[in-house]
Amino acid sequence: MKRIVRALALAGTVLAGPVLAQPIKIGVTIAKTGPAASLGIPQANTVTLLPTEIGGQKVEWIVLDDATDTTKGVANARKLASDDKVDAIVGSSVTPVSLALIEVAAEAKVPLISLAASSKIVAPMDDKRRWVFKAPQNDALMAEAIAAHMAKAGVKSVGFIGFNDAYGDGWLSEVTPRLEAKGIKLAATERYARTDTSVTGQVLKVMAARPDAVLIAGSGTPAALPQKTLKERGYAGKYYQTHGVANADFLRVGGKDLEGTVLPAGPLLVAEQLPESNPVRKVALDYTKAYEAKFGAGSLATFGGHAYDAEVMLANAIPVALKTAKPGTPEFRAALRDAIEGLKEVVYTNGVVTMTPTDHVGQDDRARVMVTIENGKWKLLSATN
Amino acid sequence: MDATILLLLLQDGVVNGAIYALIALSLVLVFTVTRVILIPQGEFVAYGALTLASLEAGTLPGTVPLLLGLGGLAFLADCAEARHTLDGRTLLRLGARDLALPAVVALAAWLLAPMKPGLVVEILLTLAIVTPMGGFLHAVAFRPLAHASVLVLLIASVGVHLALTGLGLVFFGAEGSRTPPLSDASFPAGPLLVSGQSLWMIGLTLAIIVALWLFFSRTLLGKALIATAVNRLGARLMGIAPSLAGRLSFSVAAFIGALSGVLIAPLTTVYYDTGFLIGLKGFVAAIIGGLASYPAAAAAAILVGIIESVASFEASAFKEVIVFMAIIPVLLWRSLRSAPIEDEE
Repeated sequence: MKRIVRALALAGTVLAGPVLAQPIKIGVTIAKTGPAASLGIPQANTVTLLPTEIGGQKVEWIVLDDATDTTKGVANARKLASDDKVDAIVGSSVTPVSLALIEVAAEAKVPLISLAASSKIVAPMDDKRRWVFKAPQNDALMAEAIAAHMAKAGVKSVGFIGFNDAYGDGWLSEVTPRLEAKGIKLAATERYARTDTSVTGQVLKVMAARPDAVLIAGSGTPAALPQKTLKERGYAGKYYQTHGVANADFLRVGGKDLEGTVLPAGPLLVAEQLPESNPVRKVALDYTKAYEAKFGAGSLATFGGHAYDAEVMLANAIPVALKTAKPGTPEFRAALRDAIEGLKEVVYTNGVVTMTPTDHVGQDDRARVMVTIENGKWKLLSATN
Repeated sequence: MDATILLLLLQDGVVNGAIYALIALSLVLVFTVTRVILIPQGEFVAYGALTLASLEAGTLPGTVPLLLGLGGLAFLADCAEARHTLDGRTLLRLGARDLALPAVVALAAWLLAPMKPGLVVEILLTLAIVTPMGGFLHAVAFRPLAHASVLVLLIASVGVHLALTGLGLVFFGAEGSRTPPLSDASFPAGPLLVSGQSLWMIGLTLAIIVALWLFFSRTLLGKALIATAVNRLGARLMGIAPSLAGRLSFSVAAFIGALSGVLIAPLTTVYYDTGFLIGLKGFVAAIIGGLASYPAAAAAAILVGIIESVASFEASAFKEVIVFMAIIPVLLWRSLRSAPIEDEE
């Protein structure tokens, strides 16, 4: 009798097995190599920390490298959607590739969470962007904080040195109207390439305009070069950088020339210095601990946090979606999209998110802090602005 | 733009131009001897700078295992090349050159790196790690194709460049590094401040030009290299081994590349892929020099540096366009002046 029961139970599990074992599949396409590798590598590292079970369902992460290449990114996304039949896609690390993925996501009707910064990825909201969400802060949010800080510090004119690509373009177009609104003059706008070995020409031009402050719109360690050159030439005004520089390598390469620089950043960067009352503090510290335990102390970059935040959003949306449909079906993907759009007051490492049908970033002031560099470390200036 | 700014721009242009000149010289050297357009030259620069930065930080640079690996591959390639005359002595000689030498360098790096032995030792170690790679790469990737057309050699060159860039990312990561300057001294000269580092760069560039010129005009080995370049078969009949000539030129190129890397690393942040653009600008200079003349290439490199620096002041958004457009009038002039060559061989 016992045997029969056991056999029946066994048969039961075998039969029920395939239904239970259907995991939720999440495709990730990021820039592990290529020019944006410094963004993609911490993101790829972060994926290895993500849970393999959400809401009682197994979750399978499929990570592909798009080499910061648009064509490759689109091919990856198509493969993930059609071959692997993923329930959501996370990626890519940079704006140009993410913009191209919008098309694929809308066509395959798969929710997409981008890890790139530009607000163009989710605005203006249309039929295609319905499927697209974004983890990082909009440049506009950060540009506003910089303009406000400059106005408070009594800056009257600003010199701009930015990347000669979409990053620099984006910042220039976001920051110009906000500076004008505060009555701050843009005295010089100079551009340089990430690969440049000398920016003496640009720096001399900016210094000839005698601005009170210089805003350097670059990301990662290449943003240190103009500041070093400015220091070398004896520029004594204020220095501003963007949140694109928030990693340890920037501090290492820039060294003492970076002292006193002011920049806006996600709260993750200075999680430990946030007041206890800040809701972000705990989530951000948990992530920092997990990351640094695996990849070494001081290895954290805020870019990896965006990958983690994508998972936080999914983890909050998946249980809702599971109520209406089974993973691997078009119904589930649609339900997941609706669930992400319905997220309210969800705390992740870079702020608190409340999505609406027109706002697929869903952040407010809690998603940015002003930070300065003191003794080679990030130091929190104020929790908002 | 006033006179002071112009002077500052000229100074910046000349210092950058000195690096382009070193690259242009090695491109001319390798091309005249082997007909290879050495695109990976830029990678030697990046490897030199980043290897030095790793040693500065007290870690064993990733180029050390690469050196051992390349040595092993070169040993196999050398044995295959010499398979008809392979005896104990040849085997010993090849083993000493391809296996023992890199092993000694690797051992030295492994022992010395954690001790942070000071800038001079670290620079010597960097040169010892990167220089042999040139010869090994020649044996592995280019010697088997020695008789192929310039186009095939160029394709192989692109392949080696891509492989080395990828390995650079693995070894050194995506973010770049800087090293402390060779000399902290600086001298006021009118409105300019001349740094010791820039004097080192210009001085070493001049020294290498003179050394190459002496080598090719005064020494037997140098003349043998030129003979190989002019006529491989003829040189062979005179008892000059073309593979030796190729190996030598590649090693010298790798040495100059590593030296450029050591010189440029304190001035700017060097990334795993920085070498390519520096190499490309050196290539523009080498083309202006007709891929044949050292002094013309060096002068053109200084000109490229100055164009770049003035362009970055006047129209920073179009700087790269202006620098690379400089090659077009030169190519036009060269193609109008020279008679068409039907067959390159």
